[in-house]
Amino acid sequence: MNRQISQNTLSTISLIVGKENLFTSKEDAISYSYDGTPLHSQLPEAIVRPTTKDQISELVKLANKEHFSIVPRGAGTGLSGGSIPVPNCIILDMSQWNKILEIDQENLTSWVEPGVITSQLHQEVEKIGLFYPPDPGSMNICTIGGNVAENSGGLRGLKYGVTKNYVMGLEVVLPNGEIISCGGKSVKDVAGYNLKDFFIGSEGTLGIFTKILLKLIPKPETSKTMLAYFNTQADAGRTVSAIISKKIIPCTIEFLDNTTIRCVEEFSHIGLPIDINSLLLLEVDGHSTVVEEEALKIVECCKQNNATEVKIAQTVEEAIKLKTARRSAFSALARTRPTTILEDITVPRSEIATMLEKIAAISKKYNVLIGTFGHAGDGNLHPTCLTDERDHDEISRAEKAYEEIFIEAVKLGGTITGEHGTGLAKKKFLHLVTGYTAIETMRTIKKALDPNNILNPGKVFDI
Amino acid sequence: MKTENSNFSGIDIPSDDVLTNCMHCGLCLPVCPTYAITGREKSSPRGRIRLIKSVAEGTLDITQGFVDEMNFCLDCQACETACPAGVKYGSLVESARNQIRVQRKDSEFTLMMKWIFLRNILSKKYLLNIVSKLLGIYQSSGLEAAFKNSLVVKKLTPKLFKLQLLSPRIDGRFFDEIYPEIVLPRNTPKYTVGFLSGCIMNVAFAHVHEDTIKVLLHHDCRVIIPKKQVCCGSLQAHNGDFDVARELAKKNIDAFLKHDLDAIVMDSAGCGALMKEYGHYLHGDPEYSEKAKQLSGKVKDLTEFLYEIGLKVPAKQFSHRVSYHDACHLIHAQKISKEPRDLIKSIPGIDFVELNEASWCCGSAGIYNVTHYEDSMKILDRKMNNVKETQAEYLVANNPGCLTQIEYGCSQQQVNMKIVHFSTLLRTVYEL
Repeated sequence: MNRQISQNTLSTISLIVGKENLFTSKEDAISYSYDGTPLHSQLPEAIVRPTTKDQISELVKLANKEHFSIVPRGAGTGLSGGSIPVPNCIILDMSQWNKILEIDQENLTSWVEPGVITSQLHQEVEKIGLFYPPDPGSMNICTIGGNVAENSGGLRGLKYGVTKNYVMGLEVVLPNGEIISCGGKSVKDVAGYNLKDFFIGSEGTLGIFTKILLKLIPKPETSKTMLAYFNTQADAGRTVSAIISKKIIPCTIEFLDNTTIRCVEEFSHIGLPIDINSLLLLEVDGHSTVVEEEALKIVECCKQNNATEVKIAQTVEEAIKLKTARRSAFSALARTRPTTILEDITVPRSEIATMLEKIAAISKKYNVLIGTFGHAGDGNLHPTCLTDERDHDEISRAEKAYEEIFIEAVKLGGTITGEHGTGLAKKKFLHLVTGYTAIETMRTIKKALDPNNILNPGKVFDI
Repeated sequence: MKTENSNFSGIDIPSDDVLTNCMHCGLCLPVCPTYAITGREKSSPRGRIRLIKSVAEGTLDITQGFVDEMNFCLDCQACETACPAGVKYGSLVESARNQIRVQRKDSEFTLMMKWIFLRNILSKKYLLNIVSKLLGIYQSSGLEAAFKNSLVVKKLTPKLFKLQLLSPRIDGRFFDEIYPEIVLPRNTPKYTVGFLSGCIMNVAFAHVHEDTIKVLLHHDCRVIIPKKQVCCGSLQAHNGDFDVARELAKKNIDAFLKHDLDAIVMDSAGCGALMKEYGHYLHGDPEYSEKAKQLSGKVKDLTEFLYEIGLKVPAKQFSHRVSYHDACHLIHAQKISKEPRDLIKSIPGIDFVELNEASWCCGSAGIYNVTHYEDSMKILDRKMNNVKETQAEYLVANNPGCLTQIEYGCSQQQVNMKIVHFSTLLRTVYEL
């Protein structure tokens, strides 16, 4: 390999982390050249597995001195390119930092290392009747560190919010190698700037998490999962608004269009009818009497808005199967065409029906196949372009289609990304939502904290 | 993809379409046993796919590191079950191994093991018979006992010492020495089924085969065991030796299609998985393409077959605690997991207990426990922890490799559990 990082620097890195934690083979570089994002890749110079925060601090100091970049990485399931290498970088692999350090039942908090897998935390806290709501689609492998860095959402966002609503404290290695702690177990804390929130969603550009304090809540007593089938997307969209306007906040309202339904059914064989136009997957949770009452009202809402059929899951297993199938949607869509470019626009939920119409029209205009699914309840849609990276003409039409979808989403008062982050994939559209002055402000912050631009450079925006 | 630069060559190369189909979402990572060991991307399905893609694009040579990763994979195909996009990972890794073989890039040890076992002993019946007879004599003569207890041997060749403990017990009489070509049931036959005696199963699991035959006869099957049949070729194909696998497949097609069969019933998951794929391996062969598809269409795992025709109700209750381990080549390669569980649960009296991580590989994986002993044992340890937790009296596993491997785990860890094939359990239940 033609290296940009000198052998001397690699030797120093090896001294810092131990040679067993430094990987420089071409095979290793190739297998860390990507994350879950399509169409982007870059070989890193090396993959480094630090084992202590002091080692991370030393690596960061070395990067400033020797001018190489550091890209932190969890499980590499990101969908905006946040953990894809940049030229002249080392990958900081945090996946082995996988210990749940403490579950504090008196304060309802948990200290975790950043490499803890999200669903493992779910299982551990649920054993003792507690609940950590954020549940991204890749929760069986993605890490809490990555979730905080991207401010991930999930199926339960509608009622419970997203990762940022559950982060109470962070230990962070700054771009100059200093280590700070911010936030803590106090529910109220207004001492100084709210630095903790500042790092959430910073996509690895402002600091490296070494410890994360999460808020837990009591586990809902029971839940009910429902499926409603529709003949038109407009009916499904209107149903969402109707439910919310009845002052019911289900924990989940997921939308799947026909293309997505077909692919999901082909993978999971759970008996979804493949000839329906669209469906909503709904879940209410909480106290049993409230759940019963709300479920009835939801069924009524669905029927009033022309649902052709409403089914209620009879067992917990059936409900889990439905949700698991939904989580497979993004990858299952690759059954139709090999390259799936997934977007993540979000609009105010009252505009869901309008946005779905716009997506359909844009798909037609650019002659690209788009499967749409998403968290209809919180306005977060994942229009997914089904294409083939080997067909350059189609890829370019897909890119144009997305640009138009972004513009329409912003016009409706929405945003270009709800939960995947800006990363590499969406940075050229960031100005549509934030405006140029806001990006300039972000640059000022980045430059102040990371003057040598060593932490995940070129992500979110260019300097 | 720029295929003109590819470092693969010939006809059996990893498919470009399958490579492109992987969207590297990472949903395969949590089910991969080798990724669980190293935590490194290159030991994961999507990592390996990326490596194969790089060789196909000409940006990576078939390096030693590449070869090591291809051989480190168990080919358990748990990733295929987990993959929502439906990427046929197994076909990629097997084609890559075929390329490694054709381009002579295997290490000397692997090459030797593959040559001894795959090209010779298992593919050539007379050799397998001779070797097995010798192994049988060795195992029953007291020599083995002496070897096992010999501290000198343990010191001198620790690897050989461990490996010999893993060798299957050779049956006194081979299966095809016991049974004629056609076996008739007591009642009027309702079905005519073909039966594969196979290679290892024939010499080391003759007793399991016998149990299967008894069960089939009990279900009014006329059983045909074609004399001219050979090893199914599964170990060869999974290790990338497509040439030998195709030769064996053709011989079996000729041997089985001579008879008018309702089904070809398999009691070895690995063999069943491959025979269902004959159509794929012989695709495009002018003479055998169609015949292969015809044969594959008839192949059924024993549990699949019994589920279809209906299990006879046993005369007596069988009040025991029973658990079930999914052989990779049943659940992942053939997508069979419901049938065996439902059948076991339907036996009156049985207290069925689900094995945690039942679909996680046991580490046997063909000759993997010979070529990768240490890794195979790490994987077995994980399996054994779950096995012990069931506190079952019987653990059902429908593949010879799994039976040997988990039995070995039990003997190493002093676990008192009967590791049985479903046929053996049924024979006990029916008191046949």
